[in-house]
Amino acid sequence: MARKDEGSRMKDETGIQLKRKKNKNRLIEVGAIIALVIVMAVLLPSVIPAFRLRLIGRFLSLAIVALGIDLIWGYTGLLSLGHGIFFALGGYALAMHLKLQIPEGQIPDFFTLYGVKELPWVWLPFHSFPITILALIIVPGIVAGLIGYLVFRNRIKGVYFSILTQAALLVFYNFFNGQQKIINGTNGLKTDTEKIFDLVVSSPNVQRTFYIITVILLVLIYLLCRWLTTGRFGRLLMAIRDDETRVRFSGYDPTGYKVLVFAISGTIAGIAGALYTVQTGIITPSIMQVAFSIEMVIWVAVGGRGTLIGAIIGTMLVRLAQTFLSESFPEIWLFFQGALFLIVVTVLPDGIVGWWTGYGWDKLRSLLGLKRSVVTYPSLAEDPEVQREIGEISENK
Amino acid sequence: MSKILEIEDLTVSFDGFKALNNLNFSMNTGELRVIIGPNGAGKTTFLDVITGKVQPTEGRVLFKGKNLKKIPEFKIARMGIGRKFQTPRVYLNLTVRENLDLVCNSNKNVFSTLFSRPNNNETRTVGGLLETIGLDTKANLQANLLSHGEKQRLEIGMLVAQSPDLLLVDEPAAGLTDEETENVGALLLSLAESHSIIAIEHDMEFVRQIANDKVTVLHQGALLCEGRMDDVQNDPRVIEVYLGETPTTS
Amino acid sequence: MSTLVEGLFNGFSIGSVLLIAALGLAIVFGLMGVINLAHGELMMLGAYATFVVQNIFKPLGEPWFSLYIIVAIPVAFIVSATVGLILERGAIRFLYGRPLETLLATWGISLILRQFVRSVDWLLFISIGVFCLLFFGGMKLVKRRNDWLRIKNKVIALLLFLSGGIAIAFNSLLSSNSTLTKPWFSARNVDVTAPSWLRGGTDALGFQIPYARLFIIVLTIICLIGVYWFLQRSTWGLKIRAVTQNRTMSSCLGIPTDKVDALTFALGTGMAGVAGCAVSLLGSVGPNTGQNYIVDTFMVVVVGGVGNLLGTVLAAMGIGVLNYLIGSGTLALMLTNINAPQGALDLAFFFANSSMAKVMVFALIIVFLQIKPAGLFPQKGRTAEL
Repeated sequence: MARKDEGSRMKDETGIQLKRKKNKNRLIEVGAIIALVIVMAVLLPSVIPAFRLRLIGRFLSLAIVALGIDLIWGYTGLLSLGHGIFFALGGYALAMHLKLQIPEGQIPDFFTLYGVKELPWVWLPFHSFPITILALIIVPGIVAGLIGYLVFRNRIKGVYFSILTQAALLVFYNFFNGQQKIINGTNGLKTDTEKIFDLVVSSPNVQRTFYIITVILLVLIYLLCRWLTTGRFGRLLMAIRDDETRVRFSGYDPTGYKVLVFAISGTIAGIAGALYTVQTGIITPSIMQVAFSIEMVIWVAVGGRGTLIGAIIGTMLVRLAQTFLSESFPEIWLFFQGALFLIVVTVLPDGIVGWWTGYGWDKLRSLLGLKRSVVTYPSLAEDPEVQREIGEISENK
Repeated sequence: MSKILEIEDLTVSFDGFKALNNLNFSMNTGELRVIIGPNGAGKTTFLDVITGKVQPTEGRVLFKGKNLKKIPEFKIARMGIGRKFQTPRVYLNLTVRENLDLVCNSNKNVFSTLFSRPNNNETRTVGGLLETIGLDTKANLQANLLSHGEKQRLEIGMLVAQSPDLLLVDEPAAGLTDEETENVGALLLSLAESHSIIAIEHDMEFVRQIANDKVTVLHQGALLCEGRMDDVQNDPRVIEVYLGETPTTS
Repeated sequence: MSTLVEGLFNGFSIGSVLLIAALGLAIVFGLMGVINLAHGELMMLGAYATFVVQNIFKPLGEPWFSLYIIVAIPVAFIVSATVGLILERGAIRFLYGRPLETLLATWGISLILRQFVRSVDWLLFISIGVFCLLFFGGMKLVKRRNDWLRIKNKVIALLLFLSGGIAIAFNSLLSSNSTLTKPWFSARNVDVTAPSWLRGGTDALGFQIPYARLFIIVLTIICLIGVYWFLQRSTWGLKIRAVTQNRTMSSCLGIPTDKVDALTFALGTGMAGVAGCAVSLLGSVGPNTGQNYIVDTFMVVVVGGVGNLLGTVLAAMGIGVLNYLIGSGTLALMLTNINAPQGALDLAFFFANSSMAKVMVFALIIVFLQIKPAGLFPQKGRTAEL
């Protein structure tokens, strides 16, 4: 009896310790986020030139998509190769609104090329700014949810899901390319010269505002993903990733969860697409090329799937490398990118963050002469009794 | 006595191969039934049909008098049938407590899972279960750090957390040491006091430990015989199936 | 009536291109569970091999030049199969059982192959040779040491770094030499001229049938029979099927699973080479040629069901015919002839071009998968879904 009491006391202690550790980690995290936001949103815009800021703004909006991809791939195990669809839908929604900032009764000038006299009905809602914002959030989500529902309800998963999303991407690409009379086909929609709230989109002030909005949204979406992936819902996502059949036999219907999380991921991509579009100046169907959507996946893989911060780090690193390499050695970039795919899956499957938490951190600590952090059986490894025994054994040797 | 499970003229065929052939089976509420049979007798398919993983080609399965045809797995699970797989299938990247908590969740709809927090009742159930399966000291460890036997116990715990009326247990003793086997056996017997259980097993030693009620022998997808353990063991047909020869009467 | 026959023929002709391209994919995916996104690039290599063979035969003059295509087919097969073999040994074999990772890795390979074709010149060729010589030579030397297993990782890293460095230094040293740095193909598309007996066509059925199309259909049938025969009748085919069924058991029975994997992959990629040779007859060939086929061929495999040749054939033909009937406007024309309601007509005309036809066909595939999620011929049984 006494032994059992001791056991439960010890258990409670470790419970409290865990909680303390959690609180401490949370404090560190909140501090880090606030510091980063201050640096990114306040300091950076006043330090670096406008065109560089615009570039970083683009990277940050891509980091938002990466968060969405991490949500479905890293946590739920669904590899989507079609996020370009949702990204483009968000981008087109905002671009259409910007294109309509013209005197009453006129239609965007590209329509005259195809002899279109009247604004197509799909454009009508985009006169209103609030509806546009709503649309760029909701439309990608609904499309993602629909595709997800049709695929998941038949238990199509794994590589089949990936292939089907890729095919869907190609279909949307073809559709947008083929419909000149509705959305200007291959030429896409140019936003740089348009106006938003009577200010030219490409002017430095507007661009800086977009940049700051991007930083804020990145943080908000990061927090959203944090909230989704911790707690029961997040654990269920991981359970679906690890063993979907078991989830089903536990009385959960995985389809609903997968549809919801895919729709959320699509929405996130849509928001990112809108931010990316205004900071690029144009959106064309080429944003839905197969290659770009697979690239999104590699950002997450490089950073470390299943760690949200990894998605952001990976995106920034890969995009920076791409900018640097394709500026100075355009030929090498594709070789480098191909090699990146190979290296990440063979040598670094957990990405940079995974490597760091699993190996690099301990290595650094041991180099600095600190105690190794304990991963397994903390009760055993930290138990003073056990420590003393270990000490005795090594003394005897 | 009410029947918890009735199976009538059940046939399951895969491309003409009959995994189950005209099977009739029934068991009472509160019974612990052991099913034995040589490899390929259709034991696992039998569980697949009950849990809705495989649809019957002919015949029907009644659970508490309700036909299970065309009901998806998760609904059958919610109706009160829990299944333990042959190899332990727990969520390796979650801790023991999280594993149990996930199954314990009383409302398994998407949005209630997203917005609700575990209530006191559920936390208490999880705490109690941790003790029952003897993993309370390892509650905050990741499941992939557990030993094989501990995983088996955890999975049985997850079954119970589902609070099912009927437990389907597929070879719970596979790959366990003798001591662990006995632990699992004792656990099953204590569960049998409040649940109906179907256990599939190969290990005769283990069967003898847990088979207080009837034992059913399956062979080539059909029912070979049924009865108390001692009777079944001495049945010449059973011996022939298992040993491949008719016993010579001396 | 004759429009329908013509439509069907053209559909089959598209279908046979799809089929020959999907055949290798179906082998690799069906038998090994590997999603090979570099399949299109291996087709492209086959097409480039055909182009090279053609250029070699050109100076030989007429009777010989007509026959180059016969030589090009096995050459394309061998080139693609060799590259496939290298890929399998070098990367893919480490990723068996992790299909999503394989998918990403093969995409990486496809990027490299695309850029390789664009920028390959003698210098790059030689540099790669130098690198391989140093790296594999060094490995061979170090492997003799007793403590090989202990130092393995470090040695590989060091060798990779050293031989890479030397190769790059070598490369930059010679980069001023203009004959060495003249690209073989460059990024521009190249054209394969069909031999004279494949040009033109016949009017046998009341409409124009190009000989090149007929040739592809015949080639597809031959390949299909060949693959079927190899898998069902030969010893190695038996071994391949055995490994697909149960890897551990096969290995216990003494089947060299490593070799079987390599062989299967080489066979699949070799078929991609033959497909590349076939598509080179249809139009010019560029570094991005493979990309045009990859999604369509995957659809064929998904619709056909895994590991079933008959399913692959039916799916390829179905998708080909639908694509043509919708895309060419044949369907719209037929609907006009039978006085279909205006709504159906509008719909048919809306989808009556090749890119919109793909939209429609994809929608139909999604509908089809609602009815048969595992394709035309799903695998059944207890082990089918785990």
